Formats: sequence, C-alpha cells, structure tokens
Amino acid sequence: MPTRPRRDATGPAAPNGAVGRLPITRRGMLLLGVQGAVAGALAWRLRHLQVEEHERYRLLAEENRINVRLIAPARGQIFDRDGRPLAVNIQNFRVVLVREQAGDAEEMLDRLASLIDVSEAEHARVLADIREKPAFVPVVVAEHLSWDAFARANVNAPALPGIQPEVGLSRHYPHGPATAHVVGYVGRVTERDLERVETIEPLLRLPEFRIGKTGVERAREKVLRGEAGTRQIEVNAVGRVMRELDSRKGEPGEDLHLTIDIGLQEFCLDRLGEESAAAVLMDVETGDVLAAASSPSYDPNPFVLGISYDAYDALLNNDHRPLHNKWASGQYPPGSTFKPVVALAALGEGIDAGERVFCPGYLKLGRRRFHCWRHGGHGWMNMEDALEQSCDVYFYEIARRIGIEKIAAMAHRMGMGEEAELPIPPVSSGLIPTKAWKRASRGKEWQVGDTLNAGIGQGFVLATPLQLAVMTARVASGRGVQPRLIRAQAGQPLAPKPVVETGIDPRHFDIVRRGMRAVVNGRHGTARGVRIDDQFWLMSGKSGTSQVRSFTNAERARGLPDKVPWKHRTHALFIAYAPADAPRLATAVVVEHGGGGSSTAAPICRDILIAARDRLMAAPGTGPETGMPRPIARPVDRA
Amino acid sequence: MSVAPAAAAGRYTLVQKLLRLNFSLVLLVVAIACIGFLVLYSVAGGSLEPWAGPQIARFAIGMALMLIIAVIDIRFWYRLSPFAYGVALVLLVGVEVAGETSNGATRWLDLGPVQIQPSEMMKIGLVMMLARYFAGIDRDRVSHPLWLALPLAMVVLPVVLVLEQPDLGTAIMLTCSGLAVIFLAGASLWYFATGVIVTGLTVWAVLASQGTPYQMLENYQYERIETFLDPASDPLGTGYHITQAKIAMGSGGLSGRGFMQGTQSRLNFLPEKHTDFIFTSLAEEFGFMGSVSLLALYLLVVVFCFAAMASTRDRYGALLIGGLGATFFLYWSVNMAMVTGLIPVVGVPLPLVSYGGSAMMVLLVAFGLIQSAHIHRQ
Repeated sequence: MPTRPRRDATGPAAPNGAVGRLPITRRGMLLLGVQGAVAGALAWRLRHLQVEEHERYRLLAEENRINVRLIAPARGQIFDRDGRPLAVNIQNFRVVLVREQAGDAEEMLDRLASLIDVSEAEHARVLADIREKPAFVPVVVAEHLSWDAFARANVNAPALPGIQPEVGLSRHYPHGPATAHVVGYVGRVTERDLERVETIEPLLRLPEFRIGKTGVERAREKVLRGEAGTRQIEVNAVGRVMRELDSRKGEPGEDLHLTIDIGLQEFCLDRLGEESAAAVLMDVETGDVLAAASSPSYDPNPFVLGISYDAYDALLNNDHRPLHNKWASGQYPPGSTFKPVVALAALGEGIDAGERVFCPGYLKLGRRRFHCWRHGGHGWMNMEDALEQSCDVYFYEIARRIGIEKIAAMAHRMGMGEEAELPIPPVSSGLIPTKAWKRASRGKEWQVGDTLNAGIGQGFVLATPLQLAVMTARVASGRGVQPRLIRAQAGQPLAPKPVVETGIDPRHFDIVRRGMRAVVNGRHGTARGVRIDDQFWLMSGKSGTSQVRSFTNAERARGLPDKVPWKHRTHALFIAYAPADAPRLATAVVVEHGGGGSSTAAPICRDILIAARDRLMAAPGTGPETGMPRPIARPVDRA
Repeated sequence: MSVAPAAAAGRYTLVQKLLRLNFSLVLLVVAIACIGFLVLYSVAGGSLEPWAGPQIARFAIGMALMLIIAVIDIRFWYRLSPFAYGVALVLLVGVEVAGETSNGATRWLDLGPVQIQPSEMMKIGLVMMLARYFAGIDRDRVSHPLWLALPLAMVVLPVVLVLEQPDLGTAIMLTCSGLAVIFLAGASLWYFATGVIVTGLTVWAVLASQGTPYQMLENYQYERIETFLDPASDPLGTGYHITQAKIAMGSGGLSGRGFMQGTQSRLNFLPEKHTDFIFTSLAEEFGFMGSVSLLALYLLVVVFCFAAMASTRDRYGALLIGGLGATFFLYWSVNMAMVTGLIPVVGVPLPLVSYGGSAMMVLLVAFGLIQSAHIHRQ
C-alpha cells in the first residue's frame, strides 16, 4: 500500500489529481476499517445466534410447532318421542396419516395395506388428499374398521411413523330408511355447504366433521353441532405427538326429542310398501307429527361415510324418487280431499247446508260441460250428501257462487297454500290459486271454469300431504293446530305451537264432520268399504282421486283412465281422523298414480289409524299425551 | 498501469471500455444476486413464482442499465450530479405534497405509468452531489466551516424530508453516506469527534423526550426501539419480527437445515420473509456458514470498492466510488444488524437479495456509476 501519513503533507496545494487522492486513500482505509469492524461485529453476532445459542433457538423453533388441534364435539343425538334413538353417535375406529411425519407417505400406505384392507380407489384418494393438503393435516386412510383390524394397526403403530390410529364418533341411524325423510342425514362438508354458512368455523375443515345435509339434521344443525374443543399438543422434531399440554373440552351438541313415534313411523313406511307414496299422522290437539313417511325411502347410513357413485346414481334415477321428501315437499292436486275446505268456505258465505243442488252428472258452463265423477249423476244433493258421495256438481255449483277468492281465503285458514314451519328442509307451500296469482304467473285472466276446477281440488290447486293432514286435524279438532316435529331440546320440553285463530263457526265444522263421517260410515259413502268396526274408534274421512292429465269423453267411455301407463294414472288420496266423535288423530295419505282414493289410499289410512289405536292402548302411559321423555343416558364422550 | 494510446487522450472504444470494467465487482454482484434468487425460490416453496422469476427479470434489466451507465463518460455524470440531486429533492417535496401512502408511510410518488420512490433516488443523488461539490473546491477549504456548511445543508435537507415520510432507515442511510463522503473528502476529524458527541446527546434527547409534548419521533418508532431493547415484552406484537427472526436464524445452526428445508419460513412464522427479513430464511437454511459467506461477499464488495477508489486519480470519481461503496455497506450492515437484533427494525432491504425493484435498481445504478468512475479513472 503506497499510502503513508507523512506524504499527506505534500498534498494541500493540489485541489485535484494524483496528489489529492492520497488523503482519500488514507481516509478510505479508515472507513474500510470501520466497515470491517462492523462486519466483524455482525459475524460475531451471527456466531452467537447460530452457533452458541443454536440449541436454545432450535428448541424455540420446535415450540413454534406446538399446535392446537380441534376436537370435534359430540353431535347432539336425536330420539323419538319416547326416547328411542333415531340418530346416535357410534365409535368409529379409523386410521389417519400425517404426511409430515410419515416421510414417504406412499411407503407407509403400502405397509399399512398389508395390515388392513385398503382398496385401490381408497389408496388413490388418500394419495390425492395428501398432495392437496398441508403436510401436517391428518388424512383419513380408513374408517369404520373392525376391532381386529384396528388392533392390528394399533399394535404396529411404532413401525408406521405418520400413521395414527384414532377413535372417533360417527353418526348412525339405527332405523335407517324409516327415519330418512324426517331425521335426514349428515355428510362430508362440501363447497356448497360452506357457501351456505355465514362464518366458516375452523371446525368445518376437520376431515371427520359431518354437517347436516337434510331433514332435522340440517334444519337444527346449529343446535346439534355443539362447540369444538381444543387440544394443545407438543410435537418433537419428527412431528410425533409428545404430550398434551392443554385440553379444553368442547360443548357437545344438544339432544332432540322428536314427536315421531318410531313404531308408528316404521308401520307407516311398511304399509306404503312399494308405492310412491306419502303418509302423515298427526295429533289433532297438539299438532305433534307422530309419523311422517315418504315411500320409497333410502338408507341414510351410507351417506355418512360417503355414498358410492353407483348407489347414489341408482337412487337418483329411480322413477319413484326415493330421495324426494314427498310428505313435506311433494305437491299434488288434492282432488276431492279439498272439498271440506270448499264446504267450509261456502258455509262461511252463508250458504245453507240443507239447500239442495241437482246433479245430472255434469254442469254446463256456456258450451262446456264439467263432469261429475259419477256418469249418471247423483240427483238432489245437500252439503252432507255431497261430501258423503263426493258429488262434483254440487261443489262446482257452490264454488261458482262464492268465487275463488273466498275458497282461497278459507284454504289459507286451514293451513294450505303456505309453508308450515317445520324443521324439515325443504317444506313446500303448495299452491292455492287466486285471480291475482293467475294474472301474475300465467298472464291470463281468471275464468269461471278455473273456479269450478278449484272447487273439486283440481286445476291449479296443489297441496302437500302435510298440509292435507293439518287441514284434516283442523277440521277434526275445530282448532287451528300447527304441526310440530320437535317436542324437547336438551331434555327440556318445548311448548306446543300456539293455535292459529281460524275464526270459523264451530257449527260449520260439525256439518263438515258429519259429512266426512258418512263418507266412511254412511250407506252411500265413497269409502264405506274401509269402515273401522270399533264403536270407540270410528273413522271419518274423505277420499280424493286427482287427475294428472285430462281425459276426453271418448277415453272416459272406453275406461281408459285405468289402462294408461303408471305415470299418467290418477293420484289416490285419503284424509281421515278418528275417533269420529272425539277426534284424537288425523292422517293423510297420498299414493302417486295409485288409482282411486277410496280403493288405494283409504285402506292405508284405516290401517294407520288402527295401528295408532293399538299403540295408544298398548302403552297408555307413553302415548301421544306423555309429557316428558324418559331420561336419556349419553354415550361416553370419546373425543 | 499500461494505457492504450487512445486512452491517453481520454477516449476509449466501447470494447476497450468494457474490457476495463472491474470484473471482480461484476462477478460479486452477480454472485450475490444469484444467492438472492435461490432464497426467493426457496421461500416461495420451491417455485419461481411469485418472487424469484420477477426478481431475475429485474436483475437482468438492471445489469443492462448498469453497463450502459458504466460506459458513459464519468464527466457526463460529473455534470449531471447537481441535476440528479435537484430532481430527487423536488420529487421528495412532491412526495410530501402528493405521495402514495402505504403502511403508515408516504414514500411513493405516482407518476402515471410509473411509481417512483424519490428517497431511493436521493441515496445516489446525494453522493453524486457531494462528490461533485468536494471535487470542485480547494482541498484546504474542505475543513473550513463556511465551506462545510453547504454540504451539510445538502445532507440535512433530504434527511428532514425523508424523516417526514416517515422513513427512519433511509434517513440514517442518507446521513451516514453523506458523512462518509465528507469524511473521505478530508474534513477535519475534530468535526467528526464533535459529531459523535452531539449524536450521543441527540439520542439521549430523543429517548428522554418520549411522552413529553416535545416528543421527537413517531410512537411506532419508539415502540420499535423499545421492542429492540426488550423483544420479549411483546412477543406477538411488534417484537414478533425480531423474536421469530432470531428463532429462524438460531435454529439454522452451524450448517443450516438445508436448501428448501427451513421450517420457520416455510410454515409462515416469519413475516416479510421475502423482503426485509430474507436474511433469516437464508440463515435458517444455510446456517452460520451460509450467513457468514454472504457477509464475506458483501465485505469483499466494499473492499473492491476501496481498491477501485484508491486507483482512481479523478477526485470526483474517487469520492463517488467511496460514497456509493459506503451506501452499499450501509444497506447490508443496517439490514443484518436489524434482523439479528442489534438495532431496531428500520426497514432497509438486504441489497441485491431482498425482493423488490426499487432497491435493486438503485444498487445497480450505483454500481454502474462505480464502474464508470473505474473505467474512466485516469
């Protein structure tokens, strides 16, 4: 280095150039020295942090890996009205894989497959899951293992890093198809489920978490879910759980007691048999739904684990639509079962029940003839006769006189045309047409012919089996009862739903009830063949046969309605209550394309009411009038 | 030194100029930038997106810019110096008036298609201006108080504007690089001794003024100072950066966890892992060996700058190299001191490694000027 202090003295004269740079060099050396010292200090600091304190910081880094795991809460269980289980949590032995801990995940899977059954498809799904998710998220490899298989995996766990045997809870529906259309089922959380919720709880991201998909499981998801607990665990350098540091128990979901009686529920579904049909049985005083069946049904249990594509496809493509909840959301033209409503509307408008109308077999409106179901006509009919024999002409006539708006108003007072508040998504509203409705939805003016059709429950009128049952219960009790499906939550009985004020004169109900009693018990009743021979359990009812397509006169003459394909046959409906004199239970049955109401649907109603009577008599203490359900023992919380 | 005949006249062909480049510095810059690409690739989880790719593209553009600046005659830059300083100053005032605010600081100026950060421009402009000033006055006047007042004002003006933004890191860098040029120019050591004492008193005053109506810094700056003094006091708040940075570096140990194996940065414990705190990712994955190697490369750059300065006869060129070398030194030393917890977090990137276009451009322009001074050193 040429720079020496003494040479500095030669510089001052020169402002620039060769001599002037020498002090710069000297000062530069000084500056470089400072910079070198700073670099040295940094190096010393790094050595301190990275070499001397390495152990400490390595441990702290591991502490960073203390993670908080969520514990899924035990889902609230669902029981029938007497405490018999409808939806329960059973132990689920499963094996999960954590990629971070496994090293070679594929190798671990292969080793595991030699111990327990892992199908090819499962194998592929697990590998796909592993790639998708962060390394530390456990992926379920196999679920619902037998005890033996689970024990094998457990014993060999030390040789399988990253493989963790776990005991979880899994939803089970002991009555399977019988409760599918009431309780519903739970399933894996999908993107669509996440779109539906406002705030996505971390709990929803747990692989084993199941969310309510249909029925009560979905409608009461919030109550049933409970709150997640947390578990702080410490993992070592290879990620194995070393110890639990802290654990906060979550809140289990609340139990629900339905109004359903599982015995009657199973009976109803059985009785509907192979038909595409629905039945609802209600307590006319409290509105409790004792049974609500939709046939054919399906087993909800496979949905919990994830149903196979083929099985799901088969359910979707079945023309009897097993997945469709017909009792709450199936909408049918009520046919003649609508006549009690029309009769009440007429009475409300001051029409005398004793006034007689002549039925020649048809009613002429301009050049159009509106036919009665009986070709030759019924002759002179008063209101009770017309209900007993289901005379169409009588109801054409009174419907024409009072008009559609009065009929619609009465239908609404009887619970039709609007959704009932039941925890069963989806509940349909049915359809009660009005002039305004037709203008808005069809863009056409209302015709008198439309009123006539509505008068016999055809045309635009649609009702669900649930609405028909509610209407029947209101006729039977004379009170505006509302349907109820849940009678107790977390062991606390819920107050019955308040009765709606219908403002209908009780004497009007008497007239309609006399007519309905005659339907089953009268000499000319359309359903006299299904009479219950028990003076304490006499049945009253009303049949209905509703067309799904219209027939020409020529077709009628050839008796075509009975020979058309299944899809075009008439729906068979029947509504009934018992006992006739002091009504306790009401029921409504719809058999899709079942033919005649009195021949197909009425016997089902009769059998349901008889079964209900037997049920009430066999266990008088636990019948519909019971207050509190029995105490319930909750299974041990294994989470 | 062998000089081509043409060189004697101060005129070189383009090829000759390129051959006169300081290749040691070029290689060092490329090497450091490549380390940056590796770390950015790693913190992105083994992907060129979103950081490494754009960074490589920027570096390529910056290198081209560096070469263009390098082959332009140093006299051009000498004449340009006052304008560079003036424009940067005007833009700094512009930021005050119409700057874009982000993270509580107003640093950006939105000029339609481009956003510029005048405080970065000033890092070069100030050194150019001071070098130009001291190259133009007699050496025996350098220590004269009157002749020193002007350069001090040149330093203080932008520093005040930058502190207004507020950007403590840049203010420190501007002050130190400005003082470095004045120091290299030969101002009396007594001034510096006095300066150190005054600075000490100022620091005391700043700390003592906290909470009084005369409080001299923003609250967040005080918080950072407190956090620095006791990082454990608020481990999830402002102390989080430093604590997590130390954990990441410390867990790297002597030889590191290995490339792409840094769990701390990977699991997102580290904040700003790709910008100001990128050094911690490197230290975690490559350990003490890796971090000291980078430190050595940085120090080598400074040493080569000094050598280039020593061999430059032109006073402007020498001061320019010395000042810009000091600026580069300040970048890495402040950043490393910051992430290792030696000084408060002030927001200075790791030069040529941190993700970001502004600092990259400033640094490569600076190296372009250093190369220009070196090529035209006669």
